[in-house]
Amino acid sequence: MFDYILLGLHNLFTIQNLLLVLAGTVSGMIVGALPGLTATMAVALLVPFTYTMSPIAGLVTLGAIYMGCIYGGAFSAILINTPGTPSSIGTTFDGYPMAKQGRGEEAIVAATIGSAIGGLFGVVCLIFLSPPLADIALKFGPAEYFWVGVFGITIISSLSEGAFLKGITGAAFGILVSTIGIAPIGGDVRFTFGSPAMQGGVELIVMLIGLFCIPELLNLVLQGEARKEQIEYKRTKGVLWNTTRRIFSMPGNLLRSSIIGTVVGILPGAGGNIANLVAYNEAKRASKTPEKFGTGIIDGVVATETANNAVVGGGMIPLVTLGIPGAPPDAIIYGVLMLQGLRPGPELFAERADITYTFMLAVGLAAIVMVPVGLYGGRLMSRFVATLSTRYLVPGIAILTMVGSYAIRNNYLDVILMLLFGVIGFGLRRLGFAAPPIVLGLILGPLMETGLVQTLLTGQRFTSPWFALVVNPISWILIAMSIFSFLWPYFGSILKWLKGIGHSREQAG
Amino acid sequence: MNKVAIRLIVFFALIAVILPATVFSAEYPTKALTYIICFNPGGESDITARIQEPVLKKYFGQDVVVTYKIGGGGSVGWSELIRSKPDGYTIAGDNLPHIILQPLERGKAGYNTLDLKQIYMFESTPDLLVVRQDSPYKTLKDFIDYAKKNPPGIVTVGGSGSSTANDLGTTMLNKAAGIKLTYIPFGGSGSAVPALLGGHVTALMTYSTMGVQYKGKFRSLAIASEERMAVLADVPTFKELGYDVVEGAYRGVAAPPGTPDDIVKKLADVFDKVMKDPAVQKKMDENGFKTEYMGPEASLKLVKKKMVEYEAIMKELGRIK
Repeated sequence: MFDYILLGLHNLFTIQNLLLVLAGTVSGMIVGALPGLTATMAVALLVPFTYTMSPIAGLVTLGAIYMGCIYGGAFSAILINTPGTPSSIGTTFDGYPMAKQGRGEEAIVAATIGSAIGGLFGVVCLIFLSPPLADIALKFGPAEYFWVGVFGITIISSLSEGAFLKGITGAAFGILVSTIGIAPIGGDVRFTFGSPAMQGGVELIVMLIGLFCIPELLNLVLQGEARKEQIEYKRTKGVLWNTTRRIFSMPGNLLRSSIIGTVVGILPGAGGNIANLVAYNEAKRASKTPEKFGTGIIDGVVATETANNAVVGGGMIPLVTLGIPGAPPDAIIYGVLMLQGLRPGPELFAERADITYTFMLAVGLAAIVMVPVGLYGGRLMSRFVATLSTRYLVPGIAILTMVGSYAIRNNYLDVILMLLFGVIGFGLRRLGFAAPPIVLGLILGPLMETGLVQTLLTGQRFTSPWFALVVNPISWILIAMSIFSFLWPYFGSILKWLKGIGHSREQAG
Repeated sequence: MNKVAIRLIVFFALIAVILPATVFSAEYPTKALTYIICFNPGGESDITARIQEPVLKKYFGQDVVVTYKIGGGGSVGWSELIRSKPDGYTIAGDNLPHIILQPLERGKAGYNTLDLKQIYMFESTPDLLVVRQDSPYKTLKDFIDYAKKNPPGIVTVGGSGSSTANDLGTTMLNKAAGIKLTYIPFGGSGSAVPALLGGHVTALMTYSTMGVQYKGKFRSLAIASEERMAVLADVPTFKELGYDVVEGAYRGVAAPPGTPDDIVKKLADVFDKVMKDPAVQKKMDENGFKTEYMGPEASLKLVKKKMVEYEAIMKELGRIK
């Protein structure tokens, strides 16, 4: 294996490939930072350019773009409260409050270091542990995916602490919206209101831009120039050094988020959009100061950004070992491999080690390249956004939101839906409903629906098909995790209540 | 002076509008071709378009832009296509049985099957029944015997989506063999693969392409084509084994209704050249696609024939009235 790694390094360290990694990472970061332009789209758009390249050069570029894109999503999440890709949803929770406090630079440093560590962790797993880890991808069947969805929904109880009812209402709304379009199983037409374009359902990106970005734009406009004083850019010395030191003082968070990202990445049915929220939730749960999450705490940014970049390497594990794409951009990389006459799978690992290892190492290198590029470019960008007048900032971003929501499916309806969700989001926020539970519902609704219906269909060997939901050990683990996660925020009060009972008994006795 | 300037502008604007129109009728094509793909990147339709793209540019003589309009199992893209300008510069990949079954089942799918003006059908992927390489079922007979021994509905077969060629193929097998397999739809032929490899379903009714791509992991039991395929030469057809199951997906390109016949013919000629190009043929074979060479008339004939066939099956199944 080490021969192969040396061979890969030898192939990678040519001027051409190094330049491609750099160019790929930088352009990925830019695309990722633009709301609406996802990693999947960036990779898909680049496919035609790889025709004329050698397989190695093509794959190196695609891998670097993918890695850069997932990281780039953090910029817009932190600076304008809009996740650049769905993998950065959780980054807005603490990243944007930090930017509002004039600590945008600190947040970007945290995102950069976290992304690099997560990205490297995923790639190291990819290179050294692929065969054993790939089996995880196969252990998850329909029932397990259903429970993954349920576990994801329980995050709401900690995301919306204190306003649980509002959180669960939001999630229900999100799940309801997710049923718009053609049913994944059975093909029924649901809630399309007679519009053919609605058969495609509501795209996650469209809702993300609408719910996160538009209300924020409206707020900026309402505040007017008052914002200037509020968000005054503070140039503090030693931000880079101090922040880096603080990040490395939380090895638990880094490791936990990296593992979450890698494992979720391995599952073909789940990707960065779920991984970053789970990692955020677990970081909050493990923290000694969970109440500070959501107010601009660096731990939150580190958790989400570490996890989403670990997804990149994780998602490639089933791709290179089994030929099963772990995430949507991997499906495109799979297509490119096929076009080049290379069949992903163990054969590729063995026969074309030169290509496989060079590709994997290039993805890892992209994670490292992100650090200098991101620290320089990201801080520049943060200064720019922080000092730019609302008068230019708001129209500029408004145009980007329209371009982004149109570009995702080349559909005008998506722009209208985005604006509609923007107004809904603005109203709901005033009423105290937060956007994250709604988005979580939209992400997890289809996962649960497909999982549930498929499980019931496969369960005909049982007296009741519902038993199929609970026959596998992995399902039990996921159920236990769900219950635990759901009750966690209330453990304190439950303990108190139990003590109270004991106390009153003592008195009675 | 001002008036002169305005007149000049108007004059040039008129030229700008009229000129391309006249040139266009004189020698099509004069501008880039938009080739819409209605399915996710990385799927069969996308891979085919990407194989064609470089060669298509060469024979078309202008640039070719592949774009995606994804959603509704293809219907979002097709309903948009039929509303596009019928000038021969916008085409979309279209699939059988999708374009027949969607209008049948949904009523309002946003398009009618015959709205899509068929240009060329260039490939088919016959249904292929596969089990895991380590599965105890070595032949189709083993598998059908197993299904017969068990209560109906217990043996599960995964496949790509509801009302697809995989779904219909499973239904036809049920009927031909007198068994009841439970069909489990997945989000695409790719997402059904881990379900089989992980043992969550007994078999997959998938496409020939998957049998080639996962040769080391799948054991192909039978293929639903009239004759064996060269890349899967050792796989018998259902017909050889005594079951009348011939089903699969066809892929081609279509234009908006009202596109002039001579332009459709020109495009068909271009695609004919593309599909007969050795580089394209080699890649199609390697990936398990069966190349077809059906021009506008032949494609339309196939669509009309299949419309009758599918309507009968769907009625029998009670999925439509």
